[in-house]
Amino acid sequence: MVRFHFSRKQLCIPYAVFLTLFVIIPMLLILLYAFTGEDAEGNLFFSFSNFFNFFSSTSKLQTLGVSLTIAFITTFFSLIIAYPVAYILARSGWKRTYVLLMLFIVPMWLNFVLRITALRELLNIIGFLGNYDYVNTVIGMVYDFLPFMILPLYNSLQKMDNSLLEAANDLGAGPVHTFLHVTLPLSMPGILSGVTMVFMPSMTNYVVSETLGNSNITILGKMIEEYFSTYDDMHMGSLISIILLVIIFITMLVSGGFKQNADESSARGANLW
Amino acid sequence: MEEQVKNKIIELIDVTKTYDDTVVIENVNLYVKKGEFITLLGPSGCGKTTTLRMIAGFEMPTSGKVLLNGRDISELPPNKRPVNTVFQRYALFPHLNVFENIAFGLKLKKVTNTYRNKNGDTYTKEEHLSKAEIAEKVKKALEIVDLEGFEKRSISTLSGGQQQRIAIARAIVNEPEILLLDEPLGALDLKMRKEMQLELKAMHKKLGITFIYVTHDQEEALTMSDTVVVMADGVIQQIGTPADIYNEPKNVFVADFIGESNIYNGMMPADRRVRFLGREFACVDEGFEKDEPVDVVVRPEDVQMVPPEKGMLQATVTSVVFKGIHYQILAEIGKAEIEIQSTQKKEVGDRIGIVIAPNEIHVMKKEFTVNRFDGTITKKNRVEFGDGEFDCDVTRLYPGSRLDEEGYLITAKGEKIDLTGVPVTVEVGLGDIRMSDDREEGGAEGNIISLIYKGDHYRYIVRTENEEDYVLASEDLWNENDHVSLIIPPEKIKLTLKKTEEK
Repeated sequence: MVRFHFSRKQLCIPYAVFLTLFVIIPMLLILLYAFTGEDAEGNLFFSFSNFFNFFSSTSKLQTLGVSLTIAFITTFFSLIIAYPVAYILARSGWKRTYVLLMLFIVPMWLNFVLRITALRELLNIIGFLGNYDYVNTVIGMVYDFLPFMILPLYNSLQKMDNSLLEAANDLGAGPVHTFLHVTLPLSMPGILSGVTMVFMPSMTNYVVSETLGNSNITILGKMIEEYFSTYDDMHMGSLISIILLVIIFITMLVSGGFKQNADESSARGANLW
Repeated sequence: MEEQVKNKIIELIDVTKTYDDTVVIENVNLYVKKGEFITLLGPSGCGKTTTLRMIAGFEMPTSGKVLLNGRDISELPPNKRPVNTVFQRYALFPHLNVFENIAFGLKLKKVTNTYRNKNGDTYTKEEHLSKAEIAEKVKKALEIVDLEGFEKRSISTLSGGQQQRIAIARAIVNEPEILLLDEPLGALDLKMRKEMQLELKAMHKKLGITFIYVTHDQEEALTMSDTVVVMADGVIQQIGTPADIYNEPKNVFVADFIGESNIYNGMMPADRRVRFLGREFACVDEGFEKDEPVDVVVRPEDVQMVPPEKGMLQATVTSVVFKGIHYQILAEIGKAEIEIQSTQKKEVGDRIGIVIAPNEIHVMKKEFTVNRFDGTITKKNRVEFGDGEFDCDVTRLYPGSRLDEEGYLITAKGEKIDLTGVPVTVEVGLGDIRMSDDREEGGAEGNIISLIYKGDHYRYIVRTENEEDYVLASEDLWNENDHVSLIIPPEKIKLTLKKTEEK
């Protein structure tokens, strides 16, 4: 008789299989394609040509620039809008703030395409659609990613000890000084986590830029899609993906997302992904 | 009155604070003298922290005034008050190091410097402290709290005791007129706490500034303070020196809260005579109404043990606990119990005589609005107290509960509770007790030992066989020494579960 004996280690086999099939192998393939070319017979050869190609093409660099700019502006406005909201929600002392918080989070659960289509109609009505492609894109992205900014901010502000604010006040600091020297630094983990979570998708979410920018704006995500499906050039598509990966990596590095003992709130925020 | 005490630094006048509809501080009047170490002492929820927070400016009084050096500062925000606080959980800024924490207030401070211009005229300028001045002050503050060289350390690397010291340094470095300390030693272990108590006291002497200290620890209050303010339920119970508070407690609450106490119900048959524990004692108090019910407090260390035949009272030892410098002895006198502290060793079961000197008997006026007894629930809606047994309504102990057929209580949540033998506090209003000739009718019986005409009614005191006194008000006239039975309707018997001793 065969006896099956499961140890705890074996319980992660399904995940390991999944990971290998859908994450590791594709990643390796992307790497492979990014640094190879294809000769006439379809044989792969190692080359950096895609790499040089990308960085010598004005249009591609322009797309990179546009993506970064949109991402920066989106992140900036999300932060400006989200911070006061999160602050009020977290520090109002009102017992049912969670209800209000939910109001900000619920849109996240609505179908994404539906949300963007609705926004498109709205922009059409007020006459923005087709006239202000970049503005519309940023509006759409801010609208879409705002909850990802509010939640980590709310978390870090909410667990801030009230006595710290009182201490600052007691030591002679007025409201402005207290905010700049106590509240803001202490909510930094939330800010960083929110920034990371808004900045990264803002560079790639081309559904928003397509729908609201009237197909006039190309961001990195859109370009990748084009190389894979329209031009059938998997090599360039892969390389752009790698570049994107590097940018995301740098953002994470800058915002301290890799820190071993990253703050609890940012970890909680990161769970949203 | 105003002129009597000079150099009041802080004065609270008729201060009341309410949250929603709850009164937290009720009509508090208090002044603090310059340079004094004053402690607000009381159990949690007594309003001591709220009082402190109103002095700091974190709370505004609902009514009344807070004066600083005679100036009304009730509406002034904390950052405009020359007062600094040491918080309960220190509240050090985790994102700043020790130096930056201590320098936080200094960087905001402005000083008036005097300069001389080319023409030789002097002029003044409001300026921030220079970096060197700040560094110097921080260094000094660290020296005072005995943590020299800790400037660069991050807060998270400090122990609780060190954080405590940094918190103190951060407050005193601003040279406040008043230092407020909100249970600052609460989070430290016993040994550390004792050390810090002495250090704080020494620091107070050295700095010469006013300390307002909040604690629930009576020993801490007595050790450190010049003046102790005992608070309960938002009301000041007593203000005095530690010795005053300990030796002459104003009421039962203070007596009970400060040190160990034996507290008995008593009455004053005449000036300098008090009756409790079933006999009359000589005491030093006078000025009470004849037969006025009073509270009697005797400190355990003031009870003397003598051979049984020489005692005013005879008692049987029920428990002996060695406490290091003395024995804590519990003895029974009839149904009552007395706690004695003595260096003499006794054995459980020993018969002893008890002597209490007249000046060791503290007699306190009783705010008599209600009869209060210790009782025990017997079975099915019956409660035993005051030398009798009465019908009651135990379901009122738990809102929404009911009794099942067997006499168990079923709470609103469906829990089943057996209340048999549960100790309760029983309260019965003066007007809720009726007297009757029929001995079978009431739950307890006794003799009328006192009646006083109070204008529109008589106040009677009925004493049972075992010396439990009922005070009641009635319009009917009875005679002294009448034997009556006492009737109390079940709905008038207010029961509260005895809280299990905290601390």
